Amino acid sequence: MSNQANTSDIQFRQASVEYNFGFLDEYAKKEVRRSVLKAIAIPGYQVPYSSREMPMGRGFGTGGLQLTLSLIGKQDTLKVIDQGSDDSVNAVNLRSFIEMTCPGIDTTTKVSEANLIQSRHRIPEQALREDQVLVLQVPYPDALVVVEPSEDKRKIMHGEADYSRLLVKLYEDIVKFDEITISHRYPTRINRHYVIDSSPIPRWDVPKMNDSRALILLGAGREKKIYAVPPYTLAEPLEFDDVPFRVESFDDETDKRRTCHRCGCDHSFLDEFVDAISGEKLYQCSDSDYCDEQLKARSVKQGLEG
Amino acid sequence: MSIQPILEVEDFSKTFMLHEQGKELPSSHSVFLKAYPGRLTALIGPTGAGKSTVLKGIYRTYLPTSGRMMFTTKQGQLTDLATADEHQILELRKEEIGFVTQFLHTLPRQSTEDVVAMPLIKKGVSRELALEKAREILGQLNLPERLWAVSPATFSGGEKQRVNLARGLLAQPRLLLLDEPTASLDPKTTDRVVELINNLKQTGTAMIAIFHDLDLVERLADDVVELAPPIGTENFFNSDTNENA
Amino acid sequence: MSNEKVLEVRNLSKVYGKGCAKCFESTGPEHNTNICPHCGSIVAAHDISFDLYKGEILGIMGESGSGKSTSVKNLFFDEIPTSGQATFFDDGKQYDLFSLNAQQKRHLRNHRFGMVYQNPVLGLNFNVSAGGNIAERLLMSNLTNYSEIRARAIELLRRTEVLTERMDEMPKNFSGGMQQRVQIAKALATNPPLLFLDEVTTGLDLSVQAAILDLIMEIQRESQTAMIVVTHDLGVIRLLAGRTIVMKYGRIIETGLTDQILEDPQDAYTQRLVASAL
Repeated sequence: MSNQANTSDIQFRQASVEYNFGFLDEYAKKEVRRSVLKAIAIPGYQVPYSSREMPMGRGFGTGGLQLTLSLIGKQDTLKVIDQGSDDSVNAVNLRSFIEMTCPGIDTTTKVSEANLIQSRHRIPEQALREDQVLVLQVPYPDALVVVEPSEDKRKIMHGEADYSRLLVKLYEDIVKFDEITISHRYPTRINRHYVIDSSPIPRWDVPKMNDSRALILLGAGREKKIYAVPPYTLAEPLEFDDVPFRVESFDDETDKRRTCHRCGCDHSFLDEFVDAISGEKLYQCSDSDYCDEQLKARSVKQGLEG
Repeated sequence: MSIQPILEVEDFSKTFMLHEQGKELPSSHSVFLKAYPGRLTALIGPTGAGKSTVLKGIYRTYLPTSGRMMFTTKQGQLTDLATADEHQILELRKEEIGFVTQFLHTLPRQSTEDVVAMPLIKKGVSRELALEKAREILGQLNLPERLWAVSPATFSGGEKQRVNLARGLLAQPRLLLLDEPTASLDPKTTDRVVELINNLKQTGTAMIAIFHDLDLVERLADDVVELAPPIGTENFFNSDTNENA
Repeated sequence: MSNEKVLEVRNLSKVYGKGCAKCFESTGPEHNTNICPHCGSIVAAHDISFDLYKGEILGIMGESGSGKSTSVKNLFFDEIPTSGQATFFDDGKQYDLFSLNAQQKRHLRNHRFGMVYQNPVLGLNFNVSAGGNIAERLLMSNLTNYSEIRARAIELLRRTEVLTERMDEMPKNFSGGMQQRVQIAKALATNPPLLFLDEVTTGLDLSVQAAILDLIMEIQRESQTAMIVVTHDLGVIRLLAGRTIVMKYGRIIETGLTDQILEDPQDAYTQRLVASAL
């Protein structure tokens, strides 16, 4: 949270008071909300909406942003993450903008404290609650776009739940590589009908969509689509009976599960990076808040034992 | 003989309308004949008398211009082959009426024994049994064994004829039409054919046949029907006055 | 062949263009044209009626512009007819084809019909391997087990004599004949009771044609599939079809047993057609 009292900042904030709360005009927000209601009513269906021009380029989360701005109120607590981190440039940028245009909201890095979470490419490790809403940023909403260039034809395929061409892609993968090699944007069937592009979250996160307590909304600003995975809804990644969906493995060469070098966690999604000084490969929790919580729990435990 | 005829042809006539040449070509005129189970009816007459036409008319390869061809089916139904529905004709060809012609149209990769066994297989006989019987009859007709697994496409006329005969005889239809079945065969094989035809008579097959050799007519025919060329066409095939060759 | 009807087509018509009241009376074999002189519309097919029985192969023969392909395309739902009716009989049920909704049509198209086109581009997905093409069809019919799908694809390709070692290759690497075999395998994947074959051997080498025709006959004998074979080739008709329809300028001008059509054609045009066969 930044509340630095310097003159340019105050001027800037005064200027921003001219904007409507949430930057978008009420009509724009109303349209987004109605689209959200429709998306929830038809789980997995891509609802077209009139995506506004935002003061940032397309491809930087304008879809997720419009959802957040249309839903957020003064009583809400916001968390914004990018690849699991609250500190990355894009997360900071978005969070600042939302704070600036929604005076009075609270922001936090703790999942447990937020009731509205906007995220790019990850779903938090910690299980969400019924009172929370997750907004995911989506580049390509349509899982069929890889097999069919025509939107008209794709709409018919979705309508008829004809995903055979998508399934054939999985078949070809298994033929070539003995496994399904899709790593991100795993096609997932919602409520037994529409197959969605789950957004560039890793496979690790896809099971979290199934029977989630929280509402998950997905917004594509450039493609102008909103879709949803409502709470307690079936979200089944596409698979074959005998070649089931698998999440990433974090086992090392000796089949031992790697742990986070910072907090010791052995059950979270790990990022791999190279230590700048030593040059060795290190693994760390992608979800920074989760890592913090694990670290805290560990030191409490050590404190008790020590 | 008080047995009922299996086929009764009444006043069968066939005239071809050749639209391109703008003329009519009468081929058969007012033919009456009966075929009985277990008996062979021979059609005799000079070239141009329309003997083949009668057989083709019965088989429905030619559409009769007029007349009736009353056939008694296996179920005892009386059907006019001249006007019967196409599906019915196809069914009858499959189950009850056979035709040994002078031509053999086969699929490119079918072996001789396959060709001969096919009518039985289509009737529901198992492939192994049908092939066994096919080989048996091919042997009886003196077709060399080395040819059995080969396609008949390159066979000589006589060899093709034996394949045709084998196929037609093996199926044991209720009515078998034979168009010059021994024309290209040597005397020994011809004798075998006579034997087989007599055997078929024993099983109750009715036959209508055209023999080029009157001797065979004597040996095999139980009834004889003599055909004459249609009026006005007597000279069509006369080499002296032929303007239409 | 049995007495069970599979398909009943009555008065099928297809007109491209806006059409007018005089279209039908001003086109057809007597007028030597498909194009209506009053409104310029093309009467591709008019008043087409025929029956098809189980286990039967019906030939539709005609030259270019005869409307033979059009008839079949309308039955396979590639196009929507201008008028007419078609009833499909399957497993004790009856389907009024042209009044079905999109989902019902798709179900029949994927599960109960098969179609092999002259141009493999229309029948195959060139972005996917040969085996993948068959898998695609099986996946449309809700098969969900990878090993089963693969096994069935192998079986079908073996049946249509495509080297199974090549099943993971892309169709563009295959010869024309082999592409047709893959198409046939794909069409048969769901064991359809009704198969449409549209000029499937046209353009192929003679020896390849012969092999494919042979294959079609074998398949037909084994599975008693009812087939409609569209061709302009008399040899194909003679080999495959028990009954034949002859079309010209969108109309049926003659129908009958194939051997009768070829040896005793009644219509002037049919006579000319048969006489011109090389």
